[in-house]
Parts: sequence; structure tokens; C-alpha cells
Amino acid sequence: MRTEGNIGGVEPSPLGSPVGAEPMSTLSIAEPEPVPRSQWQLFRRRFLRHRLAVAGGLVLILLIVVCFGAKYFAFYDKNQQNLLLGPTSPSKEHWMGTDEIGRDTMTEILYAGQISLKIGLAVALVSTVVGTVIGAMAGYFGRFMDQLLMRFTDLFLVVPAIAVLAIAIKFFHDTPFDQTTVIIFVLAGLGWMYIARVVRGQVLSLKEKEFVEAARASGASSARIIFRHILPNCIGPILVNATLSIAAAIVTESTLSFLGFGVQPPATSWGNMLSAAEGNYNQNTHLLYFPGIMILLTVLCVNFFGDGLRDGFDPQAKH
Amino acid sequence: MLTYAARRVLYSIPVILVASFLLFAAVRATFDPTARLAQSRDPQVQQRERERLGLTDPILVQYGDWLKGAVHGDLGQSSASREDVSAMISRSMGNTLQLIVIGALVSAVIAIGIGVYSAVRQYSALDYVFTGLSYIGVAMPPFWFGLLAIEFFVVQHRWLLSVGLHTGDSTSFDLDYVKHLVLPVATLCVQIIASWSRYERASMLDALSADYVRTARAKGVPRRKVILKHALRNALIPFVTVVALDFGALFGGLIITENIFAIGGMGRLFYNAILVGDVYVVQAWMIIVAVFIIMFNLLADLIYGVLDPRIRLS
Repeated sequence: MRTEGNIGGVEPSPLGSPVGAEPMSTLSIAEPEPVPRSQWQLFRRRFLRHRLAVAGGLVLILLIVVCFGAKYFAFYDKNQQNLLLGPTSPSKEHWMGTDEIGRDTMTEILYAGQISLKIGLAVALVSTVVGTVIGAMAGYFGRFMDQLLMRFTDLFLVVPAIAVLAIAIKFFHDTPFDQTTVIIFVLAGLGWMYIARVVRGQVLSLKEKEFVEAARASGASSARIIFRHILPNCIGPILVNATLSIAAAIVTESTLSFLGFGVQPPATSWGNMLSAAEGNYNQNTHLLYFPGIMILLTVLCVNFFGDGLRDGFDPQAKH
Repeated sequence: MLTYAARRVLYSIPVILVASFLLFAAVRATFDPTARLAQSRDPQVQQRERERLGLTDPILVQYGDWLKGAVHGDLGQSSASREDVSAMISRSMGNTLQLIVIGALVSAVIAIGIGVYSAVRQYSALDYVFTGLSYIGVAMPPFWFGLLAIEFFVVQHRWLLSVGLHTGDSTSFDLDYVKHLVLPVATLCVQIIASWSRYERASMLDALSADYVRTARAKGVPRRKVILKHALRNALIPFVTVVALDFGALFGGLIITENIFAIGGMGRLFYNAILVGDVYVVQAWMIIVAVFIIMFNLLADLIYGVLDPRIRLS
């Protein structure tokens, strides 16, 4: 903390050391001029100090680029079979081996990653937007909206999420939407409540602050107060939770797909690649390892990145 | 204490009623118990079956009928096998309760152990190891953990077993049972232990830096007693809340675990019912699980009351 310009002037003396015994010379040294820094600069400094978060962010960007650019990066075409080759272990030609019909596992993983990442990112985006708006309204207007939100979220605490999701996906099964869209909306439909509760809590405390009162006194509308004055002050918790909800969505999607409720073949995601690999215990274990490693790696990176954001936004962060 | 418990039980009745009605309506909207008759040559067949099952009544009346039956232990018949749903559920409940109760106890004990150790020896080598493992445990999908565990412990080394909870028709609780139990319980708990231990570490760190702990130390209370009696008891209060909230996740985890390890419990019952669209099973399952989660929450509230004497007064 001491490296940042100490505005208070005198450093607090460590507990136990007699204050009077400080040699006079240290007091006469001029305090270093406090360097003015913008909020963004302060955030960036704190974030960059979190090395795992930076690494996580970089790996995440790399994963997104490679998966969505699979057309250019993959060594083979999607679904390119080689029946004569069959399943092989990782080799120089096939870094992650091949499956039963000789498809390159790495190519398949990159294409499957498109769906897994798309679902993760879209769910985070939708649930953050919906959760923020509803949470802000519940916190700001209180009463009816608030009761509705709280009771609604309480209700979902008494049923296992995975069961509700499985039923909800079944419900939308016969609608003309494609399966990825259905999965995204169902996951977001349950995911917004968590963010809504976080935002509600923030808004409840912020709406009592003087700057909100000042805005109201000068005649600002409720919408203006919420979107221009209150929400910019909750950007930290909102972004952190949005990041973490990417991780949650990716794990949930993979679990649903593994159980057969999520992404259906011939479309592939990391989850249903694992479902297809179940039973490959004695041979072809690479089919069991790599899709799982991709999920683990992605979720780890997202979580590290989220931790970094949290520390970056938290002025009291210890480091 | 008794009045507190009684009041909590009374409070949970409306919650159960509202939740069960909404679940009932949601399941009804999703599945049609007469769907398999839609292909029949006589278009009257489906209509007659609908009337026989009372599906033409308003949803509230249907719910009332169902509730009346449920109170008498009649949960309807499976539309796939024509078996009584209550029989199917009571058959599955035994295995599930073993997994849930053992799983919750094991998770709580391990998580508290790790949390307390990491907090007392903050920044020690082992603390870093636990932190790293918890990051991996949280990020790893539990079903993948289960698959890897089967690969390593059952297929490669043949140390443990991975199908069912007993070999053959045996029902005894012996070494064979333990060998069957280890992997499903581990799969069910791995993510929960990882996140609970982080909570326990954080709340234990808070407790250790509190004034009453410093006071106790200053008075010369032995270190062991300060940690276990003064700090741990207070650190358990937020922990119990988290545990209560996660019971739903534990039941969700059963769907995965029982499926991977072929255990005939509630999770597998639900999975099969969803696959064939067995309405009455799904409906009864959702509501019974909701009642169980509310009961476990109640239990957590009572433990809360024991840990925090201030709550007993209110």
C-alpha cells in the first residue's frame, strides 16, 4: 500500500514501536508528491499485479481466437474421417490423437469449443443484462418488485438447478428455435437471478447516498438516476459476476450435454464429446482426457480473470 | 428452542405448498402423460384417457386431487411402467439417502478441516496446496472427475468398484460396500468440498482476527482452545448457511453421480423419467426433493440456533 502516494501524510507507526523515538531526520524528508491517477489507471495497476489473472485472460483470448478461427487454425477439416487409421494415441500428425473413425481429436475439440464458448459467453451476457436491470429496479423501487424478485429466487433454492434446466430444455424442445439458442435462453433464464440479487444489494446501499439525493433534488428522472448515477458505481461487482457466470454456464452446459439433455449430436460440445468417450477406459483414454482438460482450462482461466477483476475494483485489496 | 423449531416448521408449510404447485404446473406444461396415445388410430382414445386421468380439469383442481392422493401416499402411476410412483420412490430413496447423508458429512468434515488448517497456518506451503486444489476442484466438472476416477481406481488399478453400491444381492455394510461407496461419494463431493473449504477458510480468518479472539489470547487461554472454541464456533455460523444453500446442488449432483456409477437411486429415477417423459414420476420427484431440501434447510437453521445463542431469543 505504501508504494502508492500516501495522501494522509504521515505513515502510521507500526504497533508497539514508540512514536517519539523516531529520529527527526525521517520526518524532515519531503513526502513524495502524490501522483494523480484516474480510476482506470488505478484499476489497471491493481489488475496487472495479479499475474494469474493476466495469464488467465491471455489464455482465454487465445482459446476464443483459436476455437472461433478453427477454420484457419485446425490442421484437418471438420468431420474429416480416416476409417483406415481408426483410433490412435497422440502423435506428431495428430497432437491429441484420433477417434474411432479416424477424426483428428484436436480439430473436433476446436469446433466443439465454438459451441461451448458461445453458450458460456452468451449466457453470461444475457443473464448479466437481465439480472442488472431487474436487480436495479428491485433495489431502487423496492416494495412489490423487490418482494417478487426475492420470493422468485427463494423458490429456485428448493429445487436442483440441473433438474429444472433439463425440464425447461424439454419444454422448448418442439419450438422452432435451434438447440443452441434454447440452451442459451434456458441457462440465462435461471442465471440472471444471482446477478440480480448482487445488484439489488448494491443499489439498496447506493440509493441512500448523497449524490443520488442531489440528482433527485435537481429533478433527474428515476431512469436517469438508475442508469447514469447508480449503475456506473456497481460496475465492479457486475463485471466480476458476469465473468464468473461464464464459467458456471460452461460447466452446466457440459454437464447437461454429458447427460444427454444439452447439445445433441451431430453438433458437438466438450460435454457431449465426453459423453461419447465414456467407456473408453482401457484404450483411447486420450478421448476421455482432452475435452475435459479444455473445460478445466477454460473455467480456471475465467475464474483467475474474475479474481483479478475483483482485486482490481476493490480499493482495499491486499497485495 | 422447541418453539423456535415449531415456528420454523410452520413457516415452511406455505413455501412447500406454493413451490409444489408451481412445480406441478411446470411439469404438466412440459409433459403430456397421454403423448404415446397420439399415434393411435382411434382419435377418441387419447381424449378418453385424458378424461380418465382428470387432465381436462383446471390445473388447480388437478393439483388439489394430486395433493389429496399424495397425502394418502398415492402419487399416481408411472406412465411408462404402470408401477406405483410411491413404490418406485421409496425403493430409490434408500440408496440416495446413504449417498446424501454420507456425502454431506464427509464434505463438511473435510472442508472444515482444510479451512481451519489453512486459516491457522495462512500462507504455509500446505495452505497454497489446498488453495490450488480448490481452484481445480471448483473448475472441474464433477462428471469428468467421476470418469477419470473410474479410469484410474477401477480400470487401471482395480482398487475400488464402480457399479452400484453392493456386489450381487448383498445388503450388508462391509468392505465391499465401502469399496463401492468411495468413488460415488467423492464424485458427489469434490466440487462442494472445494468451495466449502474456501468459505470456511475465509470465515475462520475473519474470526481469528476478531477482538474476542485477541481478548481470549490475552487472558492466556490455551491456543487449542482459542482456535476450537472461540474462533471455530463463530466461523461455523456463516459456514452452516452456505451448507444449507448447497443442499439443492447436492441433489442435482446425484443425477450425475448415480448415472455414472449405475446406482438405483433418486437421481437415476429422475434421469430415466425425463428420458421417457414419465410425468407422474418427474412431478412426484420434484416435489419430494423440494420437501427434502426444505427439511435439510430447517435442520441447518436449527444447528444455526445452537451455534448462535442470539438467535434462540428471537
